[in-house]
Amino acid sequence: MSLQTVAVWVVVIGVFLVTVKPLGTYIAKVFSYEPTFLDRPMRPIENGIYRLFGIDPSKSMTAKQYATALILTNFAWIIISYVLLRLQGHLPWNPEHMTAVNPQLAFNTATSFGTNTNWQAYGGESALSYFSQFGNLSFLQFVTPAIGGTMLIAFIRALSGKKMGNFFVDLVLMCTRLLLPLAIVFTVLLVWQGVPETLAPYLHVHTITGQSQVVARGPIASWESIEHLGTNGGGFTNANSGNPLENPTPLTNIFESIMMGLVEVAFFYSLGVMTGKKKLAWTLIGVAGIFYFAMGAMIYFPMHAGSPVVNALGLHGHVYRVGTELRMGTGGDTIFGMSTMGFTTGSVVTAHDSALPITGLSFMIGMFLNLVFGGFGVGLLNMLMLVIIAVFLMGLMVGRTPEFLGKKIEAREVSLASIAFLLHPFLILVGTALSVALPVGLKGVYNPGPHGFSEILYGVLSGAANNGSAFAGLGAALPYYEVLIGIIMVIARFASVIAMFYLAESLLKKKAVPETSGTMRTEGLLFGGVLTGAVVVLNALTFFPVVALGPLAEHYLLMAHHLF
Amino acid sequence: MATASETPSKMGGQYFGEVLKDTFAKLNPVQMIRNPVMFVVEIGTLVTLIFTIGAVGKPNFVYELLVTIILFFTLLFATFAESYAEARGRAQADFLRRTRSSTRAKKLKEDGSWEWLPAEKLEKGSRVLVEENDVIPSDGEVMEGVGSVDESAITGESAPVIKAKGDSVTGGTRLLSDHLIVEITTSPGETFLDRMIALVEGASRQKTPNEIALSALLGVLTLIFVLVVVTLVPQASYFGKHATDITTMVALLVCLIPTTIGALLSAIGIAGMNRVAQVDVVAKSGRAVEAAGDIDTIILDKTGTITIGNRMATEFMPIHGVTVDEVAEASLLASLADTTPEGRSVVELAQDVLKITQLPEAEGEPVPFSAHTRMSGIDLQDGRQIRKGAVSAIVEITAPETKDELTTLAEAVAGEGGTPLAVEVDGRALGVIRLKDIVKEGLKERFDDFRKMGIRTIMATGDNHITAAVIAQEAGVDDFIAELKPEDKIEVIKKEQSEGKLVAMTGDGTNDAPALAQADVGLAMNTGTMAAKEAGNMIDLESNPTKLLDVVMVGKQLLITRGALTTFSIANDVAKYFAIIPAMFAAVPALSVLGKLNIMGLKTPHGAILSALIFNALIIPALIPFAIRGVKYRAESADKMLARNIFNWGVLGVIIPFAGIWAIDRVLGLFGLA
Repeated sequence: MSLQTVAVWVVVIGVFLVTVKPLGTYIAKVFSYEPTFLDRPMRPIENGIYRLFGIDPSKSMTAKQYATALILTNFAWIIISYVLLRLQGHLPWNPEHMTAVNPQLAFNTATSFGTNTNWQAYGGESALSYFSQFGNLSFLQFVTPAIGGTMLIAFIRALSGKKMGNFFVDLVLMCTRLLLPLAIVFTVLLVWQGVPETLAPYLHVHTITGQSQVVARGPIASWESIEHLGTNGGGFTNANSGNPLENPTPLTNIFESIMMGLVEVAFFYSLGVMTGKKKLAWTLIGVAGIFYFAMGAMIYFPMHAGSPVVNALGLHGHVYRVGTELRMGTGGDTIFGMSTMGFTTGSVVTAHDSALPITGLSFMIGMFLNLVFGGFGVGLLNMLMLVIIAVFLMGLMVGRTPEFLGKKIEAREVSLASIAFLLHPFLILVGTALSVALPVGLKGVYNPGPHGFSEILYGVLSGAANNGSAFAGLGAALPYYEVLIGIIMVIARFASVIAMFYLAESLLKKKAVPETSGTMRTEGLLFGGVLTGAVVVLNALTFFPVVALGPLAEHYLLMAHHLF
Repeated sequence: MATASETPSKMGGQYFGEVLKDTFAKLNPVQMIRNPVMFVVEIGTLVTLIFTIGAVGKPNFVYELLVTIILFFTLLFATFAESYAEARGRAQADFLRRTRSSTRAKKLKEDGSWEWLPAEKLEKGSRVLVEENDVIPSDGEVMEGVGSVDESAITGESAPVIKAKGDSVTGGTRLLSDHLIVEITTSPGETFLDRMIALVEGASRQKTPNEIALSALLGVLTLIFVLVVVTLVPQASYFGKHATDITTMVALLVCLIPTTIGALLSAIGIAGMNRVAQVDVVAKSGRAVEAAGDIDTIILDKTGTITIGNRMATEFMPIHGVTVDEVAEASLLASLADTTPEGRSVVELAQDVLKITQLPEAEGEPVPFSAHTRMSGIDLQDGRQIRKGAVSAIVEITAPETKDELTTLAEAVAGEGGTPLAVEVDGRALGVIRLKDIVKEGLKERFDDFRKMGIRTIMATGDNHITAAVIAQEAGVDDFIAELKPEDKIEVIKKEQSEGKLVAMTGDGTNDAPALAQADVGLAMNTGTMAAKEAGNMIDLESNPTKLLDVVMVGKQLLITRGALTTFSIANDVAKYFAIIPAMFAAVPALSVLGKLNIMGLKTPHGAILSALIFNALIIPALIPFAIRGVKYRAESADKMLARNIFNWGVLGVIIPFAGIWAIDRVLGLFGLA
């Protein structure tokens, strides 16, 4: 492990540790409507927006109203985005004269960016105009994570016994108080490091080998910052953060890794502030942290050891691998990889398809669990869903009706939480089964054996986890996958949230029960251990067969020097 | 006469046949569908049966047949567990039913004459005549007469109980002397005996809230595993057309779904009800027993619950210049004619102090206690007049110079929570008798246990603050309410409930009824009034208020048992995956490398699958004792309990099946099956 590797990790983890408390407290203040330093510049803008759309910011919503507003608003964006993609040829900021996006790709792209997945069945530089990127998709990159944030905030409010709040107000505040200010800061930092920010056309350059090359550019710095801050993850260009213009220096690699987790980790602390249970927040941070580091280990060590087949030839070092990013080193790739998969951003610095099986498995684990700090807002929401299931399962063993934050977890709550839990494996397992069973699905597989299976699994998984990264090696541009993954993304994004909202409302209506020494404490080392165990076992039982068929089989075959 | 609680242990051969019959009867899919987990197993068994028949004469026939047989036994173990638990209940119920017999009632007519009427035809409100040696036909209230009643049939207490006007009587008990006129207060089929029978038989058993919640979770888990296994078929076909065979997939499914808890869930519930009945408590619903596990606060009456019914003399305290023996002797003489428990305790203490076994012969005229004089005593033939009584009353008739000292002594006693009685002879004060409440043995430890479990105990008493405080401290309760008026209790309950707490209490009087109804768990005493019994949601047949503590334990144990077996059931699956996944793909070329996952070193693929399946089946009967008796439970904090149970059922739940499946595989190897 080189000094550079350790330094990169220390910086990223260090920044999370330093920012978690102040940023978490700040978020809690904003959404408890307490004064913050951004009131003065932002309040007039917010009031303007409220007036423009006729929003009464003082009106709180019920769970049903909140969920309805959220879903309708989001669907409206998806439809508008679809229409704009179809009309691309007639819209401004199109120096490269990109034509209309075809219907299934437009559907796939609109749902993908509209659900904070940012799965890309297209190559940005070769299919989209600056307007589509900067105007259309960038807008979605702000508002869709903001929606994820509102889901969480409303749920936390209900957990802490407060009214659910107003969806539109939360949405606006997410953008004006959190995403926009942070995006501005990081855009400046990225520009400083040489990331382009321009509306000028692509460059045509002559290379030293005497050939000419088109270098795609555009408003990349602003795109990169919101891409990562909002755990969006769709690259401006096809190579995503592997492209030197998106991620030019080790410093930008660190910035991007930090941006992905900054708010996600802080949200955990906000939960502690808003519910008054800081110890619970630290416990959950600890649990997610364990998975985060475990994923890191599963990425780093195989990558560091290299392929046994290559090693057998007497070649060592990661330069001998295809598709591997070389500028950031194993350490830089690891921190980026564990972040992008843990926080389900989905941007990539190195081709995931080229990763060794165990590293690939680590990427998948991030998406199976979907709570390793997880996507913007929704990661913590997933964690709380598992907390409720674990509390019910284990809580019975202390001889009381299980309680979480003083509310009894009974039939209704358990049913809603377990339905929300069921949805994720349902989409993954059925989606994978369909794709391998249908000839049209098999057409998209470029590699045979377990690796091909992993490619399909990964694609479906990426949609279901609203991650958006591609394993590649899968014909994602096939209409079948565009439509299938489009549908999966939408269901994954909204169905479980509805269940969680009803759960929140049901908890809100309950009378709080005082805590006694007979109550199971839902914080501390013991509970953290119990929760970790429950998360591992429940997920292992659900996904073990597909993992065995994909990465595990490939791993054992690779050990036997069998390649695909 | 045997009591209800003794019979289950005697459950013998006569029920065995029934259990066996029920075990098979419960296989009926119409019944089975109420238990989704086992219903899936039943469908799976049918599927493998069809494949077995199709495989006749083929090499895989033995394997298919064995899977089907094991699945069938899995089903039988589940239905057996439920039948066995029910039979235990029925044993209790049958015993109760025999005591009810076919009673005939002497129904009184308007004109005062009576006619024979079968007990089950008695309407609420009708009056019956009960004469010596008659069985009381139904639950009711005594309207006229006094008589002794043998209640052993339902309480197991052999000493007869005196019943007079206003007392409640229970159907099925026998009048030993005199005659009573009883007004029937329950409609036919709703007597306590009927309720108890229905409850222990499981006939009236409804799923409790927790059971419903758990069933929902088990349903979703089953659904997930169905999903995993069903999607695995096309997923595996990616690696080869016939990568999976249906029988093995069924075996995998049955191994994964939570059959252990699914099979035992209803047995746990039934057994829980029976455990309540075994401590001679009739719960009106399972919900009440479960609520008992959630109790945060228990309100207990001081008198009769925390202390033995009456105060006892514990010390003679002479004033200056008088010896202890003098006070003891005077007290003894003054109390000879006093038959109250307090009076008897004075006599006993005096005998102890004076070291005499015989009572002295004292000729004289006893002076009984009156509310007016507030003292009692004796006028001896030798002219001595001895009085004992309230200190303020005695002070009036004694020499003024001893007044201060007597008052000081009395205040000292009162200050320590005792009740002082003053003693004097011929106007000369001798001293004070200390009367004290005696806390029942073992209660302090019990309250300590409750504190560990986070349950707060509150003592309610009409005594003054000081007395209450002393007893409260001695008994180790967390809080007390002194100078309590009957209507205060309901206020205390409401206050606790407004803080979100669940409150339990015991009571027997009519004025307890509103509080009993308000409490989340109201345990009424069987000796209590009908109003109290109607208001509570449990009735203690032995009328022992400390029973409440047993009921709380049973409620908690019920939840723990469910949680423990669910955790165990899910934890078991890890090992089963390691047995089955490598085995099922052993014949698929691209996946045979998964044999590396066979960390148990199971010998053959079929042997591995059969071993996992056999383990899955055998664990059900192995856990029946835990389901019936409840998992071990001790009073400790939630953290400790959680840590212990997580280790016992979660961690060991992962490890045990690895060892179990490995061992079964070795045994199968001996028969050439693995």
